[in-house]
Amino acid sequence: MLTIPEDLYGQIVAHSRADHPDEACGVLAGPAGSDRPERFIPMTNAARSPTFYEFDSTEQFRVWKEMDERDEEPVVIYHSHTATEAYPSRTDITLASEPGAHYVLVSTRESDQTEFRSYRILDGQVTEEPVAVVE
Amino acid sequence: MAIEVRIPTILRTYTDGAKHVEGTGSTLGELLTDLERRHGGLRARLVDDGSLRRFVNVYLNDEDVRFLAGLDTPVKDGDTVTVLPAVAGGAH
Repeated sequence: MLTIPEDLYGQIVAHSRADHPDEACGVLAGPAGSDRPERFIPMTNAARSPTFYEFDSTEQFRVWKEMDERDEEPVVIYHSHTATEAYPSRTDITLASEPGAHYVLVSTRESDQTEFRSYRILDGQVTEEPVAVVE
Repeated sequence: MAIEVRIPTILRTYTDGAKHVEGTGSTLGELLTDLERRHGGLRARLVDDGSLRRFVNVYLNDEDVRFLAGLDTPVKDGDTVTVLPAVAGGAH
């Protein structure tokens, strides 16, 4: 299960809406081993595409180094799908490379409602998990 | 002295769980060949057909080696090499 504070949930949705129709992406960092997302880090989608996302490699290095120095880890890795459902695509599954992270998918295909779902992706296996939004 | 190589979580199965390993070489390619002697299988996760894999980022100190000379990038004692899997995906 992913437990996520309301403000971080809102920030992910707002970022996804703002970048629509391109895919938005980013990270929620939290203390290592805590499974608690605490810090919102929107990332540049270097692909700037409605069907693909990729963290900018230089920005990723800086953010990963900063997390390391703060003894944090990427608790959540999120991205949006802008014309399809909030479910990991084949590409998402193949490229998933943070075994400890919750992969959050947001769909902005409907303008009046946002799908927000969370998954574990391990060795090509996708497991959906409940999302609890807390204050 | 040697070159420190930082290994991401997903590749630590090749380093007995170690976050950092050390190696030698005068280029990144030589360094990876040296690491392969002690950490069998690691090189193939980073290199395919003589060049770096598309979705693996390798940094020399704080610079992506794609902006340097890739596997031909010169390395020296005291340098730090960091490996990070690219974070990417898409709708298809």
